[in-house]
Amino acid sequence: MTQPTIYEISAPGRTGVTLPALDVPAAPLPTDLLRRDLNLPEVSEVQVIRHYVNLSQKNYAIDKGFYPLGSCTMKYNPKINEDMARLPGFAHLHPLTDEAGAQGILALMHQLQEWLAEISGFAAVSLAPAAGAQGEFAGILMIRKYHQERGDTKRTKILVPNSAHGTNPATCTMAGFEVVELPSDDNGDVDLAALRAACDDTVAGMMITVPNTLGLFESHILEVVKAVHDCGGLMYMDGANMNALMGVVKPAELGFDVMHYNLHKTFSTPHGGGGPGSGPVGANERLKPHLPGPVVEIVEPADDEHDAPLYGLRMPEKSIGRLKAFHGNVGMHIRAYTYIRINGARGLKDVSRFAVLNANYVRARLQDTYTVPYPRICGHEFVLQGHFEDVDDVHALDISKRLMDYGIHPPTNYFPLIVPEALLIEPTETETKASLDAFIEAMKKIAAEACENPDLLKTAPHTMPVSRLDEVRAAKQLVLCCAPVSAALAAASSG
Amino acid sequence: MSYIPHTETEQQQMLAAVGAATIEDLFEAVPATHRFPPLDLPAPLSEMEVQAELMALAEANDHAQSFAVFRGGGAYHHYIPAAVNHILLRGEFYTAYTPYQPEMSQGTLQAIFEYQSMMCALTGMDAANASHYDGATSLAEAVTVAYEVGKRKRSKVILSHAINPQYRAVARTYHQGTGIKFVGDKGRADISDLIDMLDETVALLAVAYPNYFGQIDDLKNLAEKVHEAGALLAFVVNPLALGMFKSPGELGADIAVGEGQPLGIPLSFGGPYLGFFATRTEYVRKIAGRIIGETTDQDGRRAYVMTLRPREQDIRREKATSNICTNQGLMALAAAVYLSLMGKTGLRRVAELCYHKAHYAADRINALDGYTVDTTKPFFNEFVVKCPRPVREINARLLDQGIIGGLDLSADYPHLNNHMLLCVTEVNTRAEIDALVSALEEVAR
Repeated sequence: MTQPTIYEISAPGRTGVTLPALDVPAAPLPTDLLRRDLNLPEVSEVQVIRHYVNLSQKNYAIDKGFYPLGSCTMKYNPKINEDMARLPGFAHLHPLTDEAGAQGILALMHQLQEWLAEISGFAAVSLAPAAGAQGEFAGILMIRKYHQERGDTKRTKILVPNSAHGTNPATCTMAGFEVVELPSDDNGDVDLAALRAACDDTVAGMMITVPNTLGLFESHILEVVKAVHDCGGLMYMDGANMNALMGVVKPAELGFDVMHYNLHKTFSTPHGGGGPGSGPVGANERLKPHLPGPVVEIVEPADDEHDAPLYGLRMPEKSIGRLKAFHGNVGMHIRAYTYIRINGARGLKDVSRFAVLNANYVRARLQDTYTVPYPRICGHEFVLQGHFEDVDDVHALDISKRLMDYGIHPPTNYFPLIVPEALLIEPTETETKASLDAFIEAMKKIAAEACENPDLLKTAPHTMPVSRLDEVRAAKQLVLCCAPVSAALAAASSG
Repeated sequence: MSYIPHTETEQQQMLAAVGAATIEDLFEAVPATHRFPPLDLPAPLSEMEVQAELMALAEANDHAQSFAVFRGGGAYHHYIPAAVNHILLRGEFYTAYTPYQPEMSQGTLQAIFEYQSMMCALTGMDAANASHYDGATSLAEAVTVAYEVGKRKRSKVILSHAINPQYRAVARTYHQGTGIKFVGDKGRADISDLIDMLDETVALLAVAYPNYFGQIDDLKNLAEKVHEAGALLAFVVNPLALGMFKSPGELGADIAVGEGQPLGIPLSFGGPYLGFFATRTEYVRKIAGRIIGETTDQDGRRAYVMTLRPREQDIRREKATSNICTNQGLMALAAAVYLSLMGKTGLRRVAELCYHKAHYAADRINALDGYTVDTTKPFFNEFVVKCPRPVREINARLLDQGIIGGLDLSADYPHLNNHMLLCVTEVNTRAEIDALVSALEEVAR
């Protein structure tokens, strides 16, 4: 059923708050600077609560069920994380508090930097980036700065495999680089011959995801790194798939120079319906001076082991600069710290072990029903094709929509781009065998339905609050505001 | 481990299905010499122990529940109605992904559509996106939009020095790889000086409203001059000030950006916050980030969906103008709930409480020997005070009395040595303000 907008339940004179009386003498108001009208809704607190609670119930979420969304790592978000980020000493701490008055949070951030560095093998970490894409941007700017500092100005290209996340090529363009797309070979790996042919003294570096976006550990990763290093380029690792690697391999030891982490994937901070995330960036000794700032440093060592050092926020020596106001999405740092502290080394390694076991289990159980284009042991995710040779007009999208009727969120579809009709499936370690089995059964039933009654898929979903949407209409007849707001704006601009 | 549910039996059944003897066998593609390195991390702790550790770290900070805070400078201590947090803690909202599958995400989609609507109402703009990382990156993205609108031929951007210094730094970080040149903010140029810099190479002129010093500059004729030069005008705004002051739209701005943190988002030592971005209809197809639009489903019911998707990185790839993917969606929800609760009269009331209390504080401080408040321009809830001693020394004394004083302006503005930027909001009681005034008086002696 269509739910009214918050504006449609508004009525003049209502409000959802009580505010204190003015306890100082009123100052004269600058009347010529004041606005005449403010078109916000007028609703009571109970209306607000019911409105948003009812809206929330139209959402699917990890707290409701299985969310096998490849490349997104929709693992369970522990509740303790939320409580810790909301402790008054963190939640009500002003970002420009003098350093002496912020030693608790600075100690936490410093420790998180150290832990993330240990997990990946890098020399240093900056927590500044607000999201994975910003971490990527930081990393590519660091590579740019490194070459510039050496006066090596002819390096204008970044190599990006054609299986990459869209953020990778977009990042390169934002940083002023030209993107050279590399093909993948029949095994799903980077085509080594094409890579070697592309490596020359105009290459600034390469961006690659490990395991790659097909969920595969690159078979020749050391050769890839060597080819790029040999031509003077640097290696960027997209750490979106770090959930397969903790305690398994340290990217820095494979030769990577810089990478980003997604705290909202690997380290259990929630996705929030689109954000906020957090995308710290790690670097080896070579790139460490260029990290985005500020980073937390020990500015005065502890006198003895019972004493705490003094922490401070500092800009790295030759930093690419500041990426956002203040110090990163600190609330996410607190959640990730909590998660790492609860797991410890053993727990984090188990995270990756069981994430990979879950993915391989689902792959093994589905590969007789669906085409798995790269039938080898996978990492924490794998791709299958949402298409059947004998039912030509059923597509990955139809399978995805039908899955909703089974109470399961669809996998990522149509990505990576190199697999037609791709369904990218990432179960994560927090799912029970029972929830994986339910998914497997649903996928098998849908495959049977595709033959018997393809219309059932093509008209799916049948059980959601809405059916498929008219996306063309949304783009052509743009409606981006609730009607009362657009009407008032139109009246204001014509009058 | 509490977050991994596998029993030993299930593990064996799963390995059998995969055809592997052990989980370790699944990692053979990782080069053997680098496989399974030791991780030097502390041993796992129970939830109870971790909670104790974090509570101790939290209490080691000088936070706003144990100190009276008079510091702003881009992050503000405001009252957040209890209902906001209760909605944010709905697992259906905070553990959901980006609404790429609209049939399963109508809750997020409608809430963000309503957020966009309220931001448009507040800024007087036609369209808002679903958020950027913070106010600073919203400004950096506004630069990109203006560069694109100018068909990449106009490469100069004029920034007022009275825009938050961190925002200006971020805009420069973002554009170090492009050909954009930033001018205008090295000295103390006022609005008329900025107008004089306009020419046919300028893509964007950006000012802050209120400015970093809390003041409302005279911006009446600015839009006309900027548009005559063929450039775009961006306002960096404090959204709470828009509860009472004229909207950027009314003043002719093309883009309104800013930090949404004052709208129901806790200080959290600087993040996560909310970068809002609003503009006029003609530029909507040039902006970055997610946008929610209204449409209908196959059965004709009203519904919401992410629209104008071909602008975004996952489709346009290297031709996209921004790489933004994850945004600050949950913070946009917080702002929507906050603005719904406040409504038309509540937001005006909060803004006026801030205004009156700040003016009361300013009047009293201005009357103290040794202190001078800059009253050359109207101001909202922040003001600059010239102090008789270095701000650092004054703040150290205030801290002893349980007060977090104003921001020391000397680091970012060397000519403002001994100048403090003070902030007063609705949470500061008269008693707190009076205590601040007495403490300042004492320090001056």
